[in-house]
Amino acid sequence: MASLSLTASFMQLLQRDLLLALRRRSELVSPLVFFVLVISLFTLGSGASATTLGMIAPGIFWVAALLAVLLGLEGIFRADFSDGSLEQLLLSGMPLSVLVLAKVTAHWLVTGLPLLLLAPLLSLMLRMHNDVVWVLMATLLLGTPVLSLVGAIGVALTVGLRQGGVLLAVLVLPLYAPILIFATQAVGFAADGLPVTAHLAILGACLAAALTLAPFAISAALRVGIN
Amino acid sequence: MWTIFHRWASPPYFYRQSTRLLPWLSAICALLIIAGLIGGLILAPSDYQQGESYRIIYIHVPSAWMSLFIYMVMASSGAIALIWRIKLAEVMLVASAPIGASFTLLALLTGVLWGKPMWGAWWVWDARLTSELLLLFLYLGIIALYNAIDDKRRAASAIAVLALVGVVNIPIIHYSVQWWSTLHQGPTVTKFGAPSIYIGMLIPLLLMALGFMLFYAISVLLRARTELLAREAASRWVREMLEEA
Repeated sequence: MASLSLTASFMQLLQRDLLLALRRRSELVSPLVFFVLVISLFTLGSGASATTLGMIAPGIFWVAALLAVLLGLEGIFRADFSDGSLEQLLLSGMPLSVLVLAKVTAHWLVTGLPLLLLAPLLSLMLRMHNDVVWVLMATLLLGTPVLSLVGAIGVALTVGLRQGGVLLAVLVLPLYAPILIFATQAVGFAADGLPVTAHLAILGACLAAALTLAPFAISAALRVGIN
Repeated sequence: MWTIFHRWASPPYFYRQSTRLLPWLSAICALLIIAGLIGGLILAPSDYQQGESYRIIYIHVPSAWMSLFIYMVMASSGAIALIWRIKLAEVMLVASAPIGASFTLLALLTGVLWGKPMWGAWWVWDARLTSELLLLFLYLGIIALYNAIDDKRRAASAIAVLALVGVVNIPIIHYSVQWWSTLHQGPTVTKFGAPSIYIGMLIPLLLMALGFMLFYAISVLLRARTELLAREAASRWVREMLEEA
């Protein structure tokens, strides 16, 4: 065990999680279906006139993305917690923050990345302009990893609890507010033909901060949750 | 310095000292709040633009300050609890959460009451209101998480982590919301006229702020004492103290 290097253990855990996720394909698809559903329902509920859609499309898109990420979050640790492999990870002697980062990366690859790939299709439904779609995808690329990282802290805190789901939403959604604001504003600016570099830079800064700080918070939370 | 710190961290010492402190704190707090209320509601002149309704700031501003201050207290006691495993820091963290949530709610409600005559609407998506609302959600999340975990020492550590995560987010939330509202709103929001406030209005405000601070100290001590007794019900110092009484 001790012979494994950090990178090797990171890659192994990443591979294992991706493999497990690919074996349960229906679980992968549900958040995406949910994502498309929420966007369609918003559009149905607010009237599909082009002017309304143009105003609220970034908001709809990002709120739906938040909810879809939230829905898939529990999968990061729940299965590993119930079959005991999470405890083994804690006991493995490897730095927990690195292992946790591998799990979050795997989770983002199967939930965040598909949202990014769906974006061009859905932006057609929401009648977004072509140039805007690129900005939207850039915000998703920078923003959804932050959502996964911050959300994983919440999952780690609630992993052993009975009423996990709603509690997780209450803990995590307020922390998502800044990302929602910066991302939707960037898309809105792009639609008005204004420069968006500042917004993207801030989103990038959030990503850098989350990438460096969140793994430590996640592992601290896991240590609290599992004795 | 460290010996004082260590002594206060011991539950029996804390309990005995806080029994002696509480009457003094209560007396000073009552004096400050009475003086602040008289100064603010009667002596201070009315505002040339806002008339009499500006006087709600004597409740609103101190509670908004307290809502942030208490979160800072919670985050620092959370850090102390996680690093040094000091029980009293956990108790302080747990005891502070509902008080902080109440101050946040009070700040929001008084803000809403003040907004109706001033802005013509109960609720305006102003930067400060919005970030205060998000702060309330952070508080509620902490309380909900604490109640969801049965083992109370574990629950305290969990909310310590959450409080620390929140404290990193508070400035980000604050600036994001400020940026968002200044770009989307603009003319409907009238801030306090000039940044310099008349001295006759300022003194009562500071008195009220100090009074609120002491009120927080009193209520957190009361809650922490109850929490300590409940946690340490089986230990010797609690039994000895009960026998003395």
